[in-house]
Amino acid sequence: MFGIFKICAAANGIALAIMLYFLVSRGWRAINWTFLTQPPIDSMTKGGILPCIIGTLCLSLGAIAVALPIGVASAIYLHEYARPGRIVRLIRLGINNLAGVPSVVFGLFGLAFFVVYLEMGVSIFAGSLTLGALTLPVIIGSTEEALRAVPDTYREASLGIGATKWQTIYHVVLPAALPGILTGAILGISRAAGETAPIMFTAAVFFTPSLPTSIFDEIMALPYHIYVLATAGTDIEATRPLQYGTALVLIALVLGLNFIAIIYRSRLRRNR
Amino acid sequence: MQDSLKMSAEDLNFYYGNFQALHGINLEFYENQVTALIGPSGCGKSTLLRCLNRMNDLISYSRVEGKVFLDDEEIYDPDVDVVALRRHVGMVFQKPNPFPKTIFENVAYGLRVNGIKDKSFLAERVETSLKQAALWDEVKERLHDSALGLSGGQQQRLCIARAMAVEPEVLLMDEPASALDPLATQKIEELIHDLKKRYTIIIVTHNMQQAARVSDITAFFYLGEIIEVDKTETLFTRPKLEQTSDYITGRFG
Repeated sequence: MFGIFKICAAANGIALAIMLYFLVSRGWRAINWTFLTQPPIDSMTKGGILPCIIGTLCLSLGAIAVALPIGVASAIYLHEYARPGRIVRLIRLGINNLAGVPSVVFGLFGLAFFVVYLEMGVSIFAGSLTLGALTLPVIIGSTEEALRAVPDTYREASLGIGATKWQTIYHVVLPAALPGILTGAILGISRAAGETAPIMFTAAVFFTPSLPTSIFDEIMALPYHIYVLATAGTDIEATRPLQYGTALVLIALVLGLNFIAIIYRSRLRRNR
Repeated sequence: MQDSLKMSAEDLNFYYGNFQALHGINLEFYENQVTALIGPSGCGKSTLLRCLNRMNDLISYSRVEGKVFLDDEEIYDPDVDVVALRRHVGMVFQKPNPFPKTIFENVAYGLRVNGIKDKSFLAERVETSLKQAALWDEVKERLHDSALGLSGGQQQRLCIARAMAVEPEVLLMDEPASALDPLATQKIEELIHDLKKRYTIIIVTHNMQQAARVSDITAFFYLGEIIEVDKTETLFTRPKLEQTSDYITGRFG
């Protein structure tokens, strides 16, 4: 019985290893300095993916700029202030359901609400808001987790000296929860960086050689670029190496962010 | 002794939900005296302690009946500012609970949340408090190191310094030495002896010898009621009730 569990657990690692092997073996030849620093040329069959890298970075940072303050504030309310009751249950139900909404639905919502109704157009702004909404449950979840991990003795000590509740949260609870909150934020970014569906209607375009100059510009993005090259490019077969190369850059970005999160968390834990 | 009354509980009942943890407590606490609350686990002594600075307010589904006075003020009066009350009635907890900040910032915390920014004043008050807590000589070279690097006994004295920095009038101590080794415990006890010159001290303890050593008055609790209160010397040598005598001699509890 134990053996079966072990095999299941090992399957995770094996799946990741196989995936990485395919990406690296097929994509690494595409990666060179030009690929990372130039825009695509010749109907995207040659050249680089710089606008996609920049676009994905913009969208990820934008998403976290939206989701982090709202998410942390929500988690503080839910964990530190709210008394258990119907309203809190309703809010939690909402958050859990938000986490379960398929990402393409977020994309359509973003298109209908941000792009069309609020007249933001297809832009970094609209895409960031859409991705932010998608990331929100992750941030709220990890922040609540981090707040739960702060010992109540800290709160008691602070209140016992005559600090107000907010002073206690701001000066004692939040600093202690910060590593957990930031880890959640980075995992949120890496989730946002890899999403295709939420940005395909709200922020990303098929092709633009220029880099964005404002948050109201449309952009290219790594996941969407892969999707475009693999399904609607001018020469799908000939651009396979570019597709794998782009995928490799994306996954390096995501794994890199996760790695930073892990190192950061373990470093702060050791300092405890 | 001609000490004046500092705090008192009058007909105090306390409930956790439907469970009544304190039954009609009447008890007086005098200035410059140490009052020890003793009794078996769950007898309500910590609950009473936490009623005295309204820390029990933090527990949902709890309820208080009766009155608690600090000087002439009834602390459960709706007009009372709980935050200000806790500045007058400081608390030291069972386990040392320094913040994950520097030694200096731990002691300065209570002053900072009071809006004090004057650096020389902060430094002076931190030094005084650490001296009062008999910790200054051990930490003066490393005030800006993390408090979590201190030993358990030092951490507890730091917590006492932190509580004293805001100059409270009453100091509540909830088994302050129960997590410490005998040497650290001895230091805390000597400290309590010094501190009572300045404060009204109320201490909860499981340790009979400790109560006998540090307190002037001892109240014995059982099942949420006060069984016997007397001068510590009298209570430990000539208890009036058999129940008290059984407990302090270790025959039950």
